[in-house]
Amino acid sequence: MEEKNNIMERIAEANRPVTTGVDEKDIKDWVTIYIMGKGYRVPADLTILTAIEYAGYRLLRSVGCRQGHCGACATVFRRAGEYKLQADLACQTRVEDGMYLVQIPFSPAEKAIYDISKEPYDASVFMKYYPEVARCVSCNTCTKSCPQDLEVMDYVQAAIRGDFELVADNSFDCIQCGLCAIRCPAEIVQYHVAQLGRRMYGRYGLSMPEHLKKRVEEIEQGKFKEAMDNITSKSREELEKMYAERQREPD
Amino acid sequence: MAEIKLIDGYPEYMRRLIEKVEKTRPKRVDYTPPPMSKQEQEEVLKLHPDYAPGGKRAIAVGPNKGDVGPNEVVDLLEAYPLIEPDEIDLSRVDYDTDILIIGGGLAGTSAALWANNQGIAADRILLVNKLRHGDANSIMAEGGTQAADREIDSVQRHYLDTIGGGHFANKPEVVRALVEDAPFIIKWLIEMGAIFDREANGELVEKWGGGTSIKRMHSCRDYTGLEELRVIRDEFRNRQIPCLEQFPAIELFTEGNRVTGAILWNLETGEYKIVRAKATILATGGFGRLHIRGFPTTNHYGATFDGPVIAYRAGAKLRDTDTVQYHPTGAAYPIQIVGYLLTEKLRSSGAQPVNVDGEAFVFPLEPRDVEAASFIRECYVRNKGITTPTGLRGIWLDTPLIDIKNGKGYIAKAFPAMNRLFKRHGIDMAKDPVLVFPTLHYQNGGVETDPWGRTNVEGLWVAGEVSGGVHGKNRLMGNSTLDCLVFGRRSGINAAEYVKTHTTAGNITLEHVKKYIDMLKQAGIKPERRAPILLPDYRGRAALARMIDIF
Repeated sequence: MEEKNNIMERIAEANRPVTTGVDEKDIKDWVTIYIMGKGYRVPADLTILTAIEYAGYRLLRSVGCRQGHCGACATVFRRAGEYKLQADLACQTRVEDGMYLVQIPFSPAEKAIYDISKEPYDASVFMKYYPEVARCVSCNTCTKSCPQDLEVMDYVQAAIRGDFELVADNSFDCIQCGLCAIRCPAEIVQYHVAQLGRRMYGRYGLSMPEHLKKRVEEIEQGKFKEAMDNITSKSREELEKMYAERQREPD
Repeated sequence: MAEIKLIDGYPEYMRRLIEKVEKTRPKRVDYTPPPMSKQEQEEVLKLHPDYAPGGKRAIAVGPNKGDVGPNEVVDLLEAYPLIEPDEIDLSRVDYDTDILIIGGGLAGTSAALWANNQGIAADRILLVNKLRHGDANSIMAEGGTQAADREIDSVQRHYLDTIGGGHFANKPEVVRALVEDAPFIIKWLIEMGAIFDREANGELVEKWGGGTSIKRMHSCRDYTGLEELRVIRDEFRNRQIPCLEQFPAIELFTEGNRVTGAILWNLETGEYKIVRAKATILATGGFGRLHIRGFPTTNHYGATFDGPVIAYRAGAKLRDTDTVQYHPTGAAYPIQIVGYLLTEKLRSSGAQPVNVDGEAFVFPLEPRDVEAASFIRECYVRNKGITTPTGLRGIWLDTPLIDIKNGKGYIAKAFPAMNRLFKRHGIDMAKDPVLVFPTLHYQNGGVETDPWGRTNVEGLWVAGEVSGGVHGKNRLMGNSTLDCLVFGRRSGINAAEYVKTHTTAGNITLEHVKKYIDMLKQAGIKPERRAPILLPDYRGRAALARMIDIF
């Protein structure tokens, strides 16, 4: 018993840097970053997000899932001595010495209002709701600013041509952080264009699987009612036995 | 800067250990350890954080007085409110609505859509979010959504898998709703334009999930929750349903035993707002950011148990508060990503857990609690784990097997999120294994619900992770996104029906909060803690030690 308790304590101790914040005495390597111009000395193995917190900021914006899925923590930065402006996710990017940065709290982008069940499945849908796609000058700034490394410009061009499959495929990993739209000189809202394109492709470009339709109908018609009445009334012992005797589908 | 030299993302000593994994890999391609017997499962579960001694206590007050929960959870249930009830001005209602939905993940967003489908006008619904609409655990769901839609599958089979995985503690009628609605939900999502993975012939790809007896997992690469959420959120925005962001609910209103709205707090300005609602749907998600037993978490920043805290004060019953789901495969290296979710789909696609000697020591798809406990045993009892430069222990997840079994390039195509995550740290998971250890993942229990999302308190519905009953003591992979979508829909429909027959809004009072404060005082609990906590605090200790609170 004693030992099991000890295991939990050892695990908790090992995880302390990520659950309650880092302790200065444990840190060997340090860097200096500039948050909106102010310099802070922070542990070198933090991400931009955790470094901002280490510096003393309690984040109320520009933070969400902390794991690269939600797009809340878009951040713009320059490395020391570089002319080039970089864009990335604060939760996914390690700090570097001399980096100066600012987070983007919000993207003021216009989303079109539409009903995909009433739209034609061709290029005109993009022209109707996002006519600015035609202003694309193929400068590729969107692609260069994408933290997911998506081929953003390619899917904007695909939208102009009405190639829904390519729009969907190239934009599928989009987390809608808004960095493309903020950097675009043609003021296109790429991630909203892609959302429209994916939904159109999902609805019209792919088939509705027959077995799925059939199963929904079977359930509505009560095909499983008796079996479900039966299994939901089983005792725990009966269920345990059935569970133990389950046949596993072959791999 | 004297940082450790890394070779393709790993220090040299870990590189040498990887060689042992490579050496046994050819033998392991066709070998999988057999699933454990019930006895073996029970034995290893003693090492699971839920069952290892300590870490829990009984709740001292309220509807579940005497029930046991993790200390971190009970701390919040026994905490004092953020507000002084008498200091709140209730004379001006800022938002008067039919249906208030608190939380905009998959559950809350689908509740709004289905209430609207049911004839509640868009401007009679209000969705409020603590952070942005969609900042939720939903958007991070990677693996998939279960639905028994294959010819050879059946809803009763899904039922049995779910209830067995939950250790037979699930609420039967709620599980029944879950499995019977599942195929409809997939069909609905496809009609809304969601793109699920397809075979070359256009059929749905259906994969294994841990603890299931058949392949029924529907996925969208490893961005399943992201795809589902952004599709229904886009639809929500097209319907122009009112939505507030950075506006958490900090307390409910009641009139007698009926919930009548909520008090919101502007996260940025500190001003409060009063919402009066005929029906309130709570969809606030889970509690990963409580770091129960000191574990890291896969959860988003706002997963702080707010919903059960405020519902409990209003008299809502909780259930299954004693169990916590630890996902077996959280990232354990490098330090920047510790606790991050590495989807179970990696294992259902062929990746194998391997110890320091290169041995496959466990069936890769045990139910999550069993799998997680077996990793803890391997690391801390058998001492066959791998220690990281920062002192964490983990075991290898041999990901290169995925490409060997499914064809070269499969990882890049099927797991773009994982692949991207490791590439950023110099690790190619198609070439090298990755290091994993259990991470706090899911709140199994919560506010008790019936099949329509109703609680024991009139006017209050729950949907998604905040609720309890559907998953029993342990949730299966693919049943959480499904839970959100099934009970989001059901609560939206049921609340809409309620509103049609209960046309007058109740009075808004904080009487229940006053009573709860009295109860805490009577129980001798000192006002040391306040809840809901809304957000965790990761500020550096050095900075905090010198902070002066002036503004």
